Amino acid sequence: MQIIVNEQPQQAKANESAGEVRDRIKPDADLMIVNGFPAQADTELRPDDKLVLIQRGEQPDADELDALLTARHTPGVHEKVKQTTIGIAGVGGLGSAIAIALARTGIGHLIIADFDLVEPSNLNRQQYFLDQLGLPKVYALRDTLARINPQVRVTACHLKLTPDNIELVFGHAQILLEAFDVAEQKAMLIENFAARFPDRPMVAASGMAGFGPANTVVTRKVTNNLYLCGDGCTAAQPGTGLMAPRVGVAAHHQANAALRLLLGENPVPENE
Amino acid sequence: MNITFNGKAKQLAANTSIQELLDQLRLDCLQVVVEHNRNIVPRQRLAEVILNDGDTLEVIHFVGGG
Repeated sequence: MQIIVNEQPQQAKANESAGEVRDRIKPDADLMIVNGFPAQADTELRPDDKLVLIQRGEQPDADELDALLTARHTPGVHEKVKQTTIGIAGVGGLGSAIAIALARTGIGHLIIADFDLVEPSNLNRQQYFLDQLGLPKVYALRDTLARINPQVRVTACHLKLTPDNIELVFGHAQILLEAFDVAEQKAMLIENFAARFPDRPMVAASGMAGFGPANTVVTRKVTNNLYLCGDGCTAAQPGTGLMAPRVGVAAHHQANAALRLLLGENPVPENE
Repeated sequence: MNITFNGKAKQLAANTSIQELLDQLRLDCLQVVVEHNRNIVPRQRLAEVILNDGDTLEVIHFVGGG
């Protein structure tokens, strides 16, 4: 019978137990999971069961990670995803969440740029940890991304983006994600990237503060190559702060728009 | 004259510049990206570009937060 062991198809004898398969394929494994539930050595396997064998403390190598993502995402998707370079301007609430989503997706190369250091007030929504306070955000995030998927190449630029360095920093980015905090910076980035790379798609964000309904955060196509995620109006201001859930909704709209673009799908299909 | 402003018809006085229109709408030119007839207009040219009958203008206004 056929079963799936660590995301790969394997042949097993009829009624073979999880422990027998472990001894055959990965004898050092000390944890067995069958179809999502912890299993014992004598758990009998059935055709098409999914067996995961884990050795505590051991990390999969590059080939294993690749196989895992290929199995999860299908080969066609994974090949495209891992050949893509995406730029993220700003790694605060939006950018840090976008980067983590895209690293988990297996994007080949992320270019992240921000001049900020991790501050205590960031921790209500940004993907940093208490032990990273005071570090440049781009370096803290690079470390976190390496823990998630070391196969993702990360170019971390600790600098303030200006009209003069956008081309240098994001020259290789096939898609640009705008993830700044300040409205003027958002406008500056889009204007300048579009001027230099008119054919490359951009996904910006505007309006995701507070705890208003999540369903008012949408992805819109505003011009030929510019997509805008957010409710379009809720600015961060006293009384309407930025909070993890809604900023996360907007960030993942952006990450999903980028994924759709790189897979050749329209982020906002015409009939919607 | 008539232009298409953010997808909708809008009536304007003749010889209005993009900057004048932004001022009328109380939009801060530093917080917008302006696309005029499908081309993004550099900020320093907003006062120079005079709108013509039939033009298409998209003004993307950003609010803070991220």
